[in-house]
Amino acid sequence: MYVAVKGGEKAIRNAHKLMARDRRGDTKVPSVSLKQLSEQLYLSVSRVMAEGSLYDAELAALGIKQSRGDLIEAAFLMRAYRTTLPRFGYSQPIDTARMLIRRRISATYKDLPGGQLLGPTFDYTQRLLDFKLAADAEVPSPETQTFEKTEVVPRVTDLLNDEGLIEVDEAPAPDTPVGDLTREPLTFPAARDLRLQNLARGDEGFLLALGYSTQRGFGRTHPFAGEIRLGEVELDFFMEELGFEVPLGTMTVSECQMINQFKGSATAPPQFTRGYGLVPGQGERKVMAMALVDRSLRAHELGEEIDSPTQDQEFVLSHSDNVQATGFVEHLKLPHYVDFQSELELIRKVRKEWQEKQDAAGQELLGEAAQ
Amino acid sequence: MRASSLKQHSPEIAARQNAMGILAKASAQQISDVWKTLGIEPSYSVIRPAEIGLVMVRGRSGGTGAPFNLCEATVTRCVVALEDGTTGFGQALGRDKTKVLQTALIDALWQLPAHRDSIESKVLAPLAKSQELAEQETRAEVAATKVDFFTMVRGE
Repeated sequence: MYVAVKGGEKAIRNAHKLMARDRRGDTKVPSVSLKQLSEQLYLSVSRVMAEGSLYDAELAALGIKQSRGDLIEAAFLMRAYRTTLPRFGYSQPIDTARMLIRRRISATYKDLPGGQLLGPTFDYTQRLLDFKLAADAEVPSPETQTFEKTEVVPRVTDLLNDEGLIEVDEAPAPDTPVGDLTREPLTFPAARDLRLQNLARGDEGFLLALGYSTQRGFGRTHPFAGEIRLGEVELDFFMEELGFEVPLGTMTVSECQMINQFKGSATAPPQFTRGYGLVPGQGERKVMAMALVDRSLRAHELGEEIDSPTQDQEFVLSHSDNVQATGFVEHLKLPHYVDFQSELELIRKVRKEWQEKQDAAGQELLGEAAQ
Repeated sequence: MRASSLKQHSPEIAARQNAMGILAKASAQQISDVWKTLGIEPSYSVIRPAEIGLVMVRGRSGGTGAPFNLCEATVTRCVVALEDGTTGFGQALGRDKTKVLQTALIDALWQLPAHRDSIESKVLAPLAKSQELAEQETRAEVAATKVDFFTMVRGE
């Protein structure tokens, strides 16, 4: 029997009103503007854009404000919003070699062409709480220095290519289809294009833990941070009606090239292999973790033994999406009254049967003792 | 010219792409300001009203390999036609409908010999200049964070 129960509308309405009041907080304190959030909490905004899989800083800021700073809830809001919009098509692949670089470092080459550019980083800070910031002290202007203008900054991985010491990521034929998780559900085994799409929108904490596990020996890949870069790239879109690509403006991305040891196989000589990370916005920890996990997921293709969670595509790709994960975990708090009622009846029934068996066994024992 | 990996096209198309790139990069406020400065009020009809939608952004594995879908981005686009039938296209990242409408009108006028020079001098040149300055500022600030390695000589 299925019993539909209605009710709670008034309670829900009032609960949302209460939440809105709590979200606003003390009204004597000014409300935060979206511009304040996108300017001053850009790394939160970046995370919401990456995991919400939608590049729009203002919307991400609204999501953060609406969710009271719950970044997973904010990513959820972004995913829901995107379903209301038409899809115009696919961009031309962005070219990160032509990035306007704001940060670019390599842990493998000290003197790489273009140099080590630290850019705006937390690295080398002492992680001491800054009470001057709490007091809103004036921020000094950054230093400037003369520079040599270069349109193209070669990737570290291209330098190793010269000697054939590293595998090459070659572009396939132009019309090779590209998988899209937003169009068809994930099936296994998943090709690298789908894996990278999944990881790019995957939860930073989950990928960080998995990446860390590979460093600690669960599917060792012996990584070096070949290169990390942050900056703006141009986005181009082929316009059918015009017959040529039109520029749409620039977007901020973070990229990581991980270089990994590889012993070689029957078909490939010993050489370095690669893991790749790319996210919209500024997300350095995320791209590094993504590159570690990407490399581990290539275990099958490289003929490596698969014995760790991070090498298991189905495990990684099925659990990386925090919007899906939170949906399934949090649905447990919704009413399950009928489900639970049937479980209750079942357990009463099996307990009764169990008791009857116990009683019967007891009677038997008593009978035996009496004999 | 913009740093881009666009395919080679005729000089006319390349120049139009360049103009579109400058307009797309400009802020809504900047476009609105230059549009006012231009002071042209053309009659036009809207072929495709300004519409907000999504473009799926693609990257390449390893930066050079097979394309993959990175994330979507909000994009607004619009098409207008001037009285003589010249169509103008406006499109940019973000959700500003006024910006892409004005961009489409500028794109249409740019194609007319009577207006091109004033569009180039009053719209594109100042926008390109402010973009170039902003880019130079970024490069100069980042250059100041470049590491100068030196070797410590120990002993004699």
